Amino acid sequence: MKHEKAKKFGMVIDLDKCTGCGSCMVACMAENNVPFREDDTDKMLSVFWLHVYTLTNGKSFPNYEECYLPRPCMQCEGHHGHSPCVSVCPATATDYDMNTGIVSQIYTRCFGCRYCMGACPYHVRQNNWWDPLWPDGMEKSLNPNVSVRMRGIVEKCSFCFHRYQLALDQAYMENRRELEEHEYQTACTQACPAGAITFGDLNNPAHAVHQIAKPDIRHGGKPGNPKAFRLLERLGTNPKVYYISSREWVRRAGDNYLMNEGKVRRS
Amino acid sequence: MFPFSFEWVWDMGHMVFHGGLWYALSIIGLGVTYCIIKAAVETAKNKDGHQH
Amino acid sequence: MDSALIPEGVKRCPTWQFLLWIGAAGAVLLWGVFAMLLVYIKGLNQTNMNNAYGFALWIWADLAVIALGGGAFFTGFLRYLIGIDKLKNIINFAVLIGFICYSSALLILAFDVGQPLRAWFIFWHANVHSMLTEVAFCLTCYFFVLCIEYIPLVLENRQISKVPFFHNLSHNMHEIMAIFAATGAFLSFFHQGSLGGVPGVMFARPFGFREGILVWPWTFFLFTWSAAACGPCFTIFVTKLTEKIVRKKLVKDDVIELLAKISGWMLTGYIVAKIIDTWYWAAVTAPAKGFSLMDFYTNNPGSAYGIWILVTEIVLCGVLPALILITNKGRQNQITLWTAVILAVLGVCLNRWVMILQVLSAPVLPFENWFPYFPSWQEIATTVMPLAYGVIMISISYRYLPIFPQEQELNPIAAPSSQALKAEPEAAELQAPPEEAPGAELDPAKA
Repeated sequence: MKHEKAKKFGMVIDLDKCTGCGSCMVACMAENNVPFREDDTDKMLSVFWLHVYTLTNGKSFPNYEECYLPRPCMQCEGHHGHSPCVSVCPATATDYDMNTGIVSQIYTRCFGCRYCMGACPYHVRQNNWWDPLWPDGMEKSLNPNVSVRMRGIVEKCSFCFHRYQLALDQAYMENRRELEEHEYQTACTQACPAGAITFGDLNNPAHAVHQIAKPDIRHGGKPGNPKAFRLLERLGTNPKVYYISSREWVRRAGDNYLMNEGKVRRS
Repeated sequence: MFPFSFEWVWDMGHMVFHGGLWYALSIIGLGVTYCIIKAAVETAKNKDGHQH
Repeated sequence: MDSALIPEGVKRCPTWQFLLWIGAAGAVLLWGVFAMLLVYIKGLNQTNMNNAYGFALWIWADLAVIALGGGAFFTGFLRYLIGIDKLKNIINFAVLIGFICYSSALLILAFDVGQPLRAWFIFWHANVHSMLTEVAFCLTCYFFVLCIEYIPLVLENRQISKVPFFHNLSHNMHEIMAIFAATGAFLSFFHQGSLGGVPGVMFARPFGFREGILVWPWTFFLFTWSAAACGPCFTIFVTKLTEKIVRKKLVKDDVIELLAKISGWMLTGYIVAKIIDTWYWAAVTAPAKGFSLMDFYTNNPGSAYGIWILVTEIVLCGVLPALILITNKGRQNQITLWTAVILAVLGVCLNRWVMILQVLSAPVLPFENWFPYFPSWQEIATTVMPLAYGVIMISISYRYLPIFPQEQELNPIAAPSSQALKAEPEAAELQAPPEEAPGAELDPAKA
């Protein structure tokens, strides 16, 4: 593995295709043993690794438009692997992997100080405010490849990293070291009925995500595709989730601008 | 916390941080030890103690 | 009843009055302990923290109480390292306040984490690049220093001091106290600073983020500076409050005025630095991330975070007390002195609130709104708990330990007889409500 180019797993989400159905959220919860409560109405206390936001253009009928935006963990790289959440963890319970580009979360190491939650601007990190409780019998449907977390621990989307490990195991058994694009796909990608989510290696020119987003590695991964944008690009988090939209207002809705500021940054 | 921890790296951050930490802890530890030993010696030597 | 424990040459109220006072504070303490146990047993769902508010009342209380306890390190620095001898008349009390503040902070941190049994990971698996790691180590080490500074006081209790070993130990510790004070100042500089670094390094949170030098954002230095400036104000405030409650002068005016003057000039320097930092952040740093200053102060529910909060922190609770404290007249007039120290204390508490709670409340994603928060009763009870603990600690220490070297001189009594040791109208102790009234609403969580 030493001489192979590092991978950078990322996602492209086509907002023109997303219908807001929520299948991705459900698939994620099922795949990753995400806990839920009997009364989960207070979403600020819920755990949901993937969250679908509703964006609107702020206009009224007949010019009202809305857009659904699924938001997994951005797996931020920051500058040279300094994700906003990784550098602040006091117990080294989260780490940026330079080989895969994925930000890990070590549940057995985390002691729940929640500094990473504060540092993340996307709110992808949630705390287990309660111990997970599964309705009787449901524990049999838990995914055995994903550990269950306990109370007080912070968790977040892992780009279904366990699937990467399983795919690597499979490849090793077949005497291969490289994975095909389809061999490692996240649950949300596969669940989306509209095919809005594409997942793959941003560093690999053969992968769809690279071809769609056209990330510029020399400039912090900025998308070369004019229809593509990343959330909060200006913060310098260098996220790995790219969004595609043909609508200008949607692309603008992904970042903060000053009054009268165009797309070009004001000096 | 110690050089044999798995995440220990001999980089500038570790050297500065742990250098400062162990230096401060040593001063505190040595100072307290000195006081206790000196007090014990004085108590053994001089039953009157010091007046001040 | 306990007259044998009371220092020589001073009067204290009757034991029954004292016990009543302690009992009242103890009741408040127990309420807090009950809430704390609920949190330990049931978890953090006992609070009103949520996924937007990973840090809330407790972390604010931690930061505030550590800033206020900064009087200990700064007064110690001035006394032992700079050699301002006059401050020896208030350093004991400053150390006591520091001890209370830091033990409260550690106590709160123990139940604030999601998995308290794993709290040792912050030491064992330390990430040296995290500000919180630095905080944890230095806080703990500095707490050791405060214990070392407080223990000689305990050993000077009339009865304990009779044991030769303890007497000698206390004496020896006093002799080399400068070394401990220097170490304490070094540790304090870093942990006060690192607490400022906590919001300052969050480059993805434009409200909290600051540029800086090397690995330290400017908030690192601002926090240390404000702790050094406002910590002594808190010491002065608690000293004068204690004097009011026990109805005795305990520290001479010139000592208070000296500390107030030093504090005033520190505050002046700090507020100038703070204004420059705020301007730069509002004009350069935040706009680079797409935020104007007013983005952080508008459209929030109830205008809880309107621009008033910035003006209050900097002008009312920064410039005004600084101007008062750097003038002779301001320091000597009791009304202006009280006003100035209270405003300075409020200012540093407000600064800590803004840098933690407002950081988390302000949305970063453009399609999210401000997140409202109000603490649960468990959070309030556990935050008030250290206040009660402080009252008890100060009461016990004042009663049995020679905290104030000038007390005898300022309150001469004919001869230390058993009659003289009985109450005069020290019923002041009974009249004041358990939470020191003037302080309580203005100093909502001395913990």
